[in-house]
Amino acid sequence: MTVTLLLFASYADALGVSSVDMEMPRESTVGELLATIRSHPGAERLPPKPLVAVNQSYARLDSIVRDGDEVALIPPVAGG
Amino acid sequence: MTSLASLVRAPIDPIAIIRMVSNPGNGAVLLFLGAVRQVNEGRHVTGIEYAAYEAMAQRELEAIVTEASTKFDSADVAVQHRLGELAVEEVSVAIAVGHAHRDAAYAASRFVIEELKRRVPIWKREHYTDGTREWVDPSGRTSAGAPA
Repeated sequence: MTVTLLLFASYADALGVSSVDMEMPRESTVGELLATIRSHPGAERLPPKPLVAVNQSYARLDSIVRDGDEVALIPPVAGG
Repeated sequence: MTSLASLVRAPIDPIAIIRMVSNPGNGAVLLFLGAVRQVNEGRHVTGIEYAAYEAMAQRELEAIVTEASTKFDSADVAVQHRLGELAVEEVSVAIAVGHAHRDAAYAASRFVIEELKRRVPIWKREHYTDGTREWVDPSGRTSAGAPA
């Protein structure tokens, strides 16, 4: 299945991209997706447990992702 | 503009957002403005660039408006957050609250800004007088972003 990973702000700068389409086995978790992105150049600059959103809602590392889901890594927010 | 929660690229109009929460029953109308500060943690700032995960930021802002109204006695609440490049003193966020009485209005206004800062996926990159730029990390850890 294919999952779109979105990166923003400092995380997008670290990996040099703002969006990556990732091929993952069915029933993968957010944590497994994170483990896969670790092989991407620059990913060593991501924190061990970044905040994650699935389909625009905050999610946990054990949340299951599905084909076509939009997964986002959320850097520390700084609005206001 | 009619939405009570919005991300905007044009300068925020404080009078327009006040009108969104004004009605004959609201004896208290409160406006909070957040503006770009010239000095942050000892560094001289020339401007700030705001970026967002726009679809999610919109959803979170709408959720916060609904929660504030539910929590604070059906207060009328509107919030606007600016995106893009802002100069020092420009307004980055505006929160307007209307209620029959001031206590609920002050409480709702405070709730909205604290929740916004805690959970809405918006980021800011400060531009400094020496030409460097850095993503701000309010959690205090070193930013993953290199100065550009």
